[in-house]
Amino acid sequence: MENNSPTAASGKIPFWRDVRVLGGLFQVVFLLGVILLLAILYTNMLSGLDSLGLALNFNFLQDEAGFDISEGISYDPSDTYLKAFWVGVLNTLKVSIIGIVCATLIGLLFGIARLSSNWLIRTIAAAYVECFRNIPLLLQIIFWYTAVVAQLPNVRESLSLFGGVFINNRGVYLPSPEPTSSLTIWLWFLGAGLLLAVFLYIMRWRQLQQLDRPGFRAKWALPAFLIVALCGWFLTPGRPFTLDLPALQGFNYQGGMRFTPEFFALLVGLSIYTSAFIAEIVRSGIQSVVKGQREAARAVGLKEGQTLRLVVLPQAIPIIVPPLTSQYLNLAKNSSLAVAIAFPDLVSVGNTMLTQTGQAIPVIAMIMVSYLIMSLTTSAAMNWYNRWITRIGR
Amino acid sequence: MAAQENALNDPIIMCEDVHKWFDDFHVLKGITTSFQKGERAVICGPSGSGKSTFIRTLNRLEEHQRGTIIIDGVELTDDLRNINLIRQEVGMVFQQFNLFPHLTNLENITLGPIRVRKLTKTEAEEVALSLLERVDIADQAYKYPAEISGGQQQRVAIARALAMEPKIMLFDEPTSALDPEMISEVLDVMRELAHSGMTMLVVTHEMGFAREVADRIMFFDEGVVIEEAAPADFFDNPQHERTKLFISQTLQH
Repeated sequence: MENNSPTAASGKIPFWRDVRVLGGLFQVVFLLGVILLLAILYTNMLSGLDSLGLALNFNFLQDEAGFDISEGISYDPSDTYLKAFWVGVLNTLKVSIIGIVCATLIGLLFGIARLSSNWLIRTIAAAYVECFRNIPLLLQIIFWYTAVVAQLPNVRESLSLFGGVFINNRGVYLPSPEPTSSLTIWLWFLGAGLLLAVFLYIMRWRQLQQLDRPGFRAKWALPAFLIVALCGWFLTPGRPFTLDLPALQGFNYQGGMRFTPEFFALLVGLSIYTSAFIAEIVRSGIQSVVKGQREAARAVGLKEGQTLRLVVLPQAIPIIVPPLTSQYLNLAKNSSLAVAIAFPDLVSVGNTMLTQTGQAIPVIAMIMVSYLIMSLTTSAAMNWYNRWITRIGR
Repeated sequence: MAAQENALNDPIIMCEDVHKWFDDFHVLKGITTSFQKGERAVICGPSGSGKSTFIRTLNRLEEHQRGTIIIDGVELTDDLRNINLIRQEVGMVFQQFNLFPHLTNLENITLGPIRVRKLTKTEAEEVALSLLERVDIADQAYKYPAEISGGQQQRVAIARALAMEPKIMLFDEPTSALDPEMISEVLDVMRELAHSGMTMLVVTHEMGFAREVADRIMFFDEGVVIEEAAPADFFDNPQHERTKLFISQTLQH
């Protein structure tokens, strides 16, 4: 690099023309502007609250909520607002987590189906994607709620599957596992199995190092753990769990697990809507790995499974994961549409709290912080997964 | 000279009436030929003549729909075992290099030996490093393909194919995607490989290389072999009009 051109000497430039000085100046001015704006908003808010006779604190959370919540963990109207909010948080988490799992599985299936060489499968998958991603989610949720779930038979004419699952217009009833007194014995088996698995994992790792070859490190640990767990299940006197079967008593089913029609409609709506986007993400990710990569892998003699695992996926997954994360975050946030069908999620419960107490700012802040924590946790987990998966194939 | 001696041996590749269609398009219209062990054949012809498709059928990157292909005594059929056997015998170098971008140059080369030939990592790395030495880029072993030039990438790709210890090497226009100043470094490697006695089928437009290295030049047009001859006869005494036209056009450059 030569340094004798006239413009390179910075000392001679007047400061109002110096790009560096100007750049720094703009940043300082911008920051001051933002601080000023926030200060104005904050004082304005405080004076507004003052004129309403409200103080900005969270003391109201200890008061009795006094309203009922139709589903979730055990809760009574005499519990506090904090407890009520927590019920809402858990309901949102429940529908989001189950929704993310379902949307991923369905999306993966349809994404791969779109790449099928079979015309019929390919076309059905394309129709699915185009149909569900182009109709507003709110409409889809209302559709599932009013046109599908509400049209299910009544309690007396419930659809029954395998004798333990009952579906009617009051919800879906599943058998639930109830722990018995012999669960502790089985937990000891599980602990022993885990110890054995850790030991075998390390042994296998050492063996692979000695063999100087790549391989599946949990090859011994995984089956060993499963065998111990299974043996423990049968060796334990009595069973660690009994199945609590739902049974018709009076006007409704009692026992087992119940998913309400609201939960079910919301879950189906969110899963199907999001799965259409995930299908597109999966398809484009796999297609982004050029044909030449597969050909080169085959020419080297890799088998189809190896080609997919060692060549295609390590290149496709880093492309799939960032938009997939966005879809997960969308699903969690879209679950606030639960308000439309009165599923008591975070926003729905928060709304009731807000109207009852008038504490708009603390409640909205709590809702926002809750979503923020959920979203940032999801992002962090997905980033970690992305880094981990790109190391495979080395 | 080598070709004449080897002509008495069994051919390592035998093709009998090989046909291939892409939907309605008849790409290969009955190719019957054979290649001897150690033979260096250059395949040329206008684009769309089926020359790339032909060598791609030899390791089943393309399926042939009629005829027989026998490679080193194994017939290429829908039998997956035969396909895998043949792919281990046949190395391939592509126009676009097709290195695996998520692996280092060294890992690109060791992938096949470790996963298919079941070598240990240390053995595979030894092989890979000596091959990188041979193609003259040992210092690039721990870089990624994106960090080296096109000519260097193509040499890594050649090393990757050689690491499987193939009996036959297929080259599908190996220099067509390269900047002019990088062509010679790749041709040098191929020349060295030719002198080592490797059976080579090269689809290329590099007529200088063809004249110097090939035992036989095959001229493809519209899915058939129009003319095949030793380089001297092919260039100085072409028999067919289309061959003459092709030679006059390519030699202008």
